[in-house]
Amino acid sequence: MRGDQINLQNIIARSASMAPSPQERSGGVEKVAKLIDVSKCIGCKACQVACSEWNDLRDDVGECYGVYTNPMDLSPNTFQLMRFNEYEDEQGNLEWLIRKDNCMHCAEPGCLKACPAPGAIVQYANGIVDFNEEHCIGCGYCVAGCPFNIPRISKKDAKAYKCTLCSDRVYHGLEPACAKTCPTGAIMFGTKEDMLEQGAMRTDYLKDRGYKNAGIYDPAGVGGTHVIYVLQHADKPEIYNNLPSDPRISPLTEAWKGVTKPLMSAVIGLSALAGFFHYAIKGPKEEPEDDPDPEKADADRALDEKSPTQALQDADEEGRE
Amino acid sequence: MSHSNRERGILRYDWWSRVNHWLIAFSFVMLVLSGLAIFHPYFWSFTGLFGGPIPTRIIHPFIGVFMAFFFLIMAVRFFKVSLIKRYDIQWVKQIGDVLSNRDERLPPVGKNNAGQKMVYWLMVTSVPLLLISGIVIWQPYFAPAMPRLWLRVAAVVHAYAAFAAIITLIIHIYSAIWVKGSIRAMVQGRVSKAWAKHHHNLWYEEEMEKQRRVEDAAKREETAGQQRQQTP
Repeated sequence: MRGDQINLQNIIARSASMAPSPQERSGGVEKVAKLIDVSKCIGCKACQVACSEWNDLRDDVGECYGVYTNPMDLSPNTFQLMRFNEYEDEQGNLEWLIRKDNCMHCAEPGCLKACPAPGAIVQYANGIVDFNEEHCIGCGYCVAGCPFNIPRISKKDAKAYKCTLCSDRVYHGLEPACAKTCPTGAIMFGTKEDMLEQGAMRTDYLKDRGYKNAGIYDPAGVGGTHVIYVLQHADKPEIYNNLPSDPRISPLTEAWKGVTKPLMSAVIGLSALAGFFHYAIKGPKEEPEDDPDPEKADADRALDEKSPTQALQDADEEGRE
Repeated sequence: MSHSNRERGILRYDWWSRVNHWLIAFSFVMLVLSGLAIFHPYFWSFTGLFGGPIPTRIIHPFIGVFMAFFFLIMAVRFFKVSLIKRYDIQWVKQIGDVLSNRDERLPPVGKNNAGQKMVYWLMVTSVPLLLISGIVIWQPYFAPAMPRLWLRVAAVVHAYAAFAAIITLIIHIYSAIWVKGSIRAMVQGRVSKAWAKHHHNLWYEEEMEKQRRVEDAAKREETAGQQRQQTP
């Protein structure tokens, strides 16, 4: 998987690239999605293991901090993580909310917008957002651009890593490793349309069971995502370990990478050009001794020969005249 | 050609001012080229000048710190001659005359004109902004410890300050090409009296006054010496 094309799917967006990638062979490619049904998750972490297996990831053995979450954060060797959260509702009932945290594969990815390296971040026609470490320069802009705090920079090779949604498996018609291994069906994979339908069914079921605010998390602020959640409390996504309630690309990232980027580049080019044309129209300020008026030039040449006393006296006289 | 020479020219920039200026200039140009490469894909090919994209990313902040250090020295040394004076305001009001080369209409100015002072103040503002914001987003040393909001703010500040600095740089370089004699002044150090009188009359008179006093003192010393010899 080296080189320009990570795999053979169409690339619909490519970081820091002004021309589109080949688009012709788009027949039959549908948007995909991974549906994570938090209400069905039992926190077994089989998905974490499957992810490590498939992607050849081996994170360091960490320490126990007295919670089930382990390791405590995503890393270049941990693409996904079960975040365990003890939530007490208004009635004082305890709920154990376990959210599988990984890249959300935004339809409008902030990482891709921020990335300055051509082709280091790509978005496939099926919606998967993938990092191509071959082209990554390790600047860390994707970390600043991501609304979900997902990418991690490796200390070993200074490159950015995150969940690929098993783009390699998906291309060959397989589901992601986490979905394959999940024993309760809390992780499902299919077309986005099907997953939204499935999610709606689950939402209805949860509502019947008394979760009035059950719903699907598919945030519109980033154009929807290709990883979607079914949440028991969709009105308060932040109780699921700070899942943002209205994620969007930060206005700061827009101010940095939006229209200003080509605009400033153009102004820089134009200002250099303006200088050239000023020179062509108005000409240089010649050295006084090179003045086109021979009399003035002679006077200036004579000035250079004078002693300071003489020069000052002459200047005084000029002033008196 | 008598433009400037070691005997008769006026020393405008001493050797350290010149070396200091060019250390900043060379590193600034390298910063612009490597920075633009990472700023917009138009300029991506500039990464080739630095040995590839990753070396470009690695070397850029180190050049930045190097430049900021020498810039600090120059900023302190050039502070006094960059203070805005009343005649500077008049000069700016007559910017049309400046641009149209109608120099005879301009008010006499000191060692630096208002344009040069603006370059100074723009750089004095943008270089610290670039340094601080650059440190915040510096991978892998500082950025991993920074909150994401800081990274975002710093990235924007870095881009905008760099834009201001690059435009200033382009104006600065163009002015040097436009005003004949100024590149020689910064490379070799001296300008002709006529040049000084024409472009920086107040500074010229100051310098002449200084030189006259030196000459007078030398003369007095000479006559005193002759008198001593005559009396046994």
